[in-house]
Amino acid sequence: MTVPTDPPRGVSRRSFLKGSAIAGIATTGLTAAAAAPREAQSFGPGEHEISLSVNGTARKLTVETRTTLLDALRNRLDLTGAKQICDRGSCGGCTVLLDGQPVNSCLLLALDAVGHAVTTVESLGTGDTPHPLVQSFVACDALQCGYCTPGMVMSSLACLQQRGQPTREQMRRDLSGNLCRCGTYGRIFAAIERTAQGGGK
Amino acid sequence: MSASGHERASRHVTGDALYVHDLAVRDPATLHAWPVQSVHAHARVTAIDGGDALRMPGVRALLTARDVPGAKTIGPVRHDEPLFPDEVCYHGQPVAWVLADGESQARAAAARVRVAYEVLPAVLSIQAAIAADSFLTEPQAIVAGDPDAALGAASHRLAGELHVGGQEHFYLEMQCAWVHRDATGGFVVHSSTQHPAETQATVAHVLDVPAHRVVCESLRMGGAFGGKESQANLFAAIAALGCHVTGRPVVVRLDRRRDMTITGKRHPFFARYEVGFDGDGRLQALVVELCSDGGYSLDLSNAILGRALFHIDNCYRVPHLRVRGRVARTHLPSNTAMRGFGGPQAMVVVEEVVDRVARTLGLPPEVVRQRNFYRPGDRTHYGQQVRDAERIDRIWRELLATSDYASRRAAIDAWNTAHPHAKRGLAITPVKFGISFTTTALNQAGALVLVYRDGSVQVNHGGTEMGQGLHSKVLAIAVRTLGVAPQQVRMMPTRTDKVPNTSATAASSGSDLNGEAVRRACDELRGRLLPVAAAMLGCADDEVGITDGVVRGGGRELPFAEVVERAYQQRSPLFATGYYATPGIHFDAAAGRGEPFRYFAWGAAVAEVEVDGFTGAHRLRAVDILHDVGDSLAPAIDRGQIEGGFLQGMGWLTCEQVVFGADGALRSRGASTYKLPGVGECPPRFVVNMLSRATEPGAVFGSKAVGEPPLMLAIAVREALRDAVAAFGGGGPVALACPSVPETVFWAIQAVRRAPAATAAAADDQRPRSCR
Ligand code: FES
Ligand code: FES
Repeated sequence: MTVPTDPPRGVSRRSFLKGSAIAGIATTGLTAAAAAPREAQSFGPGEHEISLSVNGTARKLTVETRTTLLDALRNRLDLTGAKQICDRGSCGGCTVLLDGQPVNSCLLLALDAVGHAVTTVESLGTGDTPHPLVQSFVACDALQCGYCTPGMVMSSLACLQQRGQPTREQMRRDLSGNLCRCGTYGRIFAAIERTAQGGGK
Repeated sequence: MSASGHERASRHVTGDALYVHDLAVRDPATLHAWPVQSVHAHARVTAIDGGDALRMPGVRALLTARDVPGAKTIGPVRHDEPLFPDEVCYHGQPVAWVLADGESQARAAAARVRVAYEVLPAVLSIQAAIAADSFLTEPQAIVAGDPDAALGAASHRLAGELHVGGQEHFYLEMQCAWVHRDATGGFVVHSSTQHPAETQATVAHVLDVPAHRVVCESLRMGGAFGGKESQANLFAAIAALGCHVTGRPVVVRLDRRRDMTITGKRHPFFARYEVGFDGDGRLQALVVELCSDGGYSLDLSNAILGRALFHIDNCYRVPHLRVRGRVARTHLPSNTAMRGFGGPQAMVVVEEVVDRVARTLGLPPEVVRQRNFYRPGDRTHYGQQVRDAERIDRIWRELLATSDYASRRAAIDAWNTAHPHAKRGLAITPVKFGISFTTTALNQAGALVLVYRDGSVQVNHGGTEMGQGLHSKVLAIAVRTLGVAPQQVRMMPTRTDKVPNTSATAASSGSDLNGEAVRRACDELRGRLLPVAAAMLGCADDEVGITDGVVRGGGRELPFAEVVERAYQQRSPLFATGYYATPGIHFDAAAGRGEPFRYFAWGAAVAEVEVDGFTGAHRLRAVDILHDVGDSLAPAIDRGQIEGGFLQGMGWLTCEQVVFGADGALRSRGASTYKLPGVGECPPRFVVNMLSRATEPGAVFGSKAVGEPPLMLAIAVREALRDAVAAFGGGGPVALACPSVPETVFWAIQAVRRAPAATAAAADDQRPRSCR
């Protein structure tokens, strides 16, 4: 099925879609402005063929209206770095960047990501040398089971990109939406600090 | 890889490290399973109608008891867990499973399966189980000396009771299993399991096929903490059954809510105690009755209770001691292994006892604790010699000094005087934790090491990786023993077709057992290569050295691969198995005597908190730890285990609360209703040191196990909270519920403010009643 071109049937679905996108961003504690959706198209139930810009590449895929960005990445695009852990916006394990802003991809519909740049953790593994943050996570042994790690890395990346030299307090705030059951928080702070100080470059 | 960090760390950091579900979603043929869950805690299932569900799009099957070719019940010790129950025994228990092309289709269809029930009365607490005489086991007991006479003779006595809360594992990767057929008709089970051999055996029983038809692989787990020691088996069995019925690959992957409502947790315990002591706070007699909540089935509850009995002494010498325990049966999910395995619950109890003794006498708790430590030559209540007993005293003294305990105590007292509405508390608590499976037969492990002609090496062993860094430690052992470079070695996923009949990776024993098995295999290979190398180098065998992939001797050097190739040409086998069974351990359960542990791990922690008198909320201000890891195999990993174990223990004792409703339904069933420690709970000061001069002769390369012991260091936080609560009152003992979440701390403050002396007096009136 292709993207329907019918005019919207009403405002309710549109505002629902828009609201959910903002909810996905709000939990990260960062501004939602950059990621607020443009005038969203409206979709009925059923399947839709869409194109997503993921890690700089346009990817075509079929999703249902209700498909979250997380499910689209994992189930349709084989990008399984982002994890579904709580599926409720309270763990940060599914964090990706949407136009540079961290979002919980379990709270964002795939349709709402159309027209925005999606960056996943896999983008840090391409290229000849690993991203400095990757090197810092390894050097600081900032992981145990690794299941929270993709989300932690993306939240850390956003923190670094937005703050440059974040303080511990800023790190605490930016990572407050990410849970780690293995208790690696202190090492993640160390990895962010190491990267900010130019380590791993 | 960093010097001693996690193997394959960079793959994790770029999202390339795959977990079971990540594998399953890559196969478009995979069917997804979803459970139909009971809506009653106890009921007979009178009918299951899947007609509507089966007509829904994408739905392929509804699995019920009729589909099972083999065993219809499973369980690690007693087969008392029906795959498809006629009588549901807890709220949320799976009754049937829907298979569909997509997960959302399976989920929607499961909601349309109609199940008819005849509701039965339910037992929902330990107290109710005791009243109803509902137990899963007979009592276990360990007795030393004559506790009744010693209690009678003691100059001081007190009694009390304590309910210790459970804990959700909340491994971030939920339970998951994916099963497909291989080209020869075998079943390939990818399971997030700590115990692949048992998962394999369970699948074989359920499908009624020999174990050789089933291969179980545990690539890695996104956390387990004991929750996947036995409880991964059900989901693997359902996935295998689905694969058997449909011929398609099937994945069972729970979402958070299903995982929390279906699987068991750390056991809650109820304890009654009576203690006799002298005017200096020396313990003379202790009688403890423990009752754990096993949930609806036995699972590992008896061994967990056993470990509680072993750890009721913690570091303390009690000449006359009786500890008895029994496992209650309730209509709740079956509680299971979790980091510490019953040890933590018992240690919380004895720390409560010692603190009450100290506060009753008006003595500083840290003085009374130290006064009661084991001394060299002492034996535990089960008769094991306490080897290295002097270590706890050394740890204590060093930590008191490095944490600046005395001057912080004085500063806190002054601060508390100046602040009527907030109080700070400080405490130091010790840990002694016995290492080995207390079921002696489980203390064995195997390894298979393969050397290829290019000098590269595959290492297989029976241990599973759940984040504890086992593969990294084993890699270090292989590298050190064989003399190859780390990049020459590949750690293989744990598979039952490489090493059979393995034990669960549990009881902190992973590297002790599997590391030693791998060391032995590598040692054998090295022994075969040395003469070959000596001949090539023209020197004696004992002059050959192999390090970092270079073979040296007689002033010359060769690449490892050249020696391997020569050995091949000389027809020398380039693979070896290694096997290790922990020597010297035994235990006679009937007599309650033996040496169940290879050695003890020791440690101590200092915690400082600040408690708000209006809310009971607290901030953890500082933590100082000194812990005994022997000669660390990988210091970065051991440090991570100490930090992480401590935080998990702190969560258990101070913010995590498992809540069931009056209908037996779990209320705390997500990250939003079950509070895990987050970044905000990390103490600003967190000093972790490892004990020096601590070589352990009984374990591989002088190391010690580290997975579980640090969890119990967090008891310091609970005792610091108690210390802060005490500062709101006028002295004397302080009753503090467990877990000590803000609400319970608030009520504890109210109690000491109202009647500081009455709390102790009321508790003193209680005498232990039987738990039978
Ligand atoms: S899975 Fe998205 S926040 Fe937890
Ligand atoms: S490393 Fe295991 S959850 Fe963070």
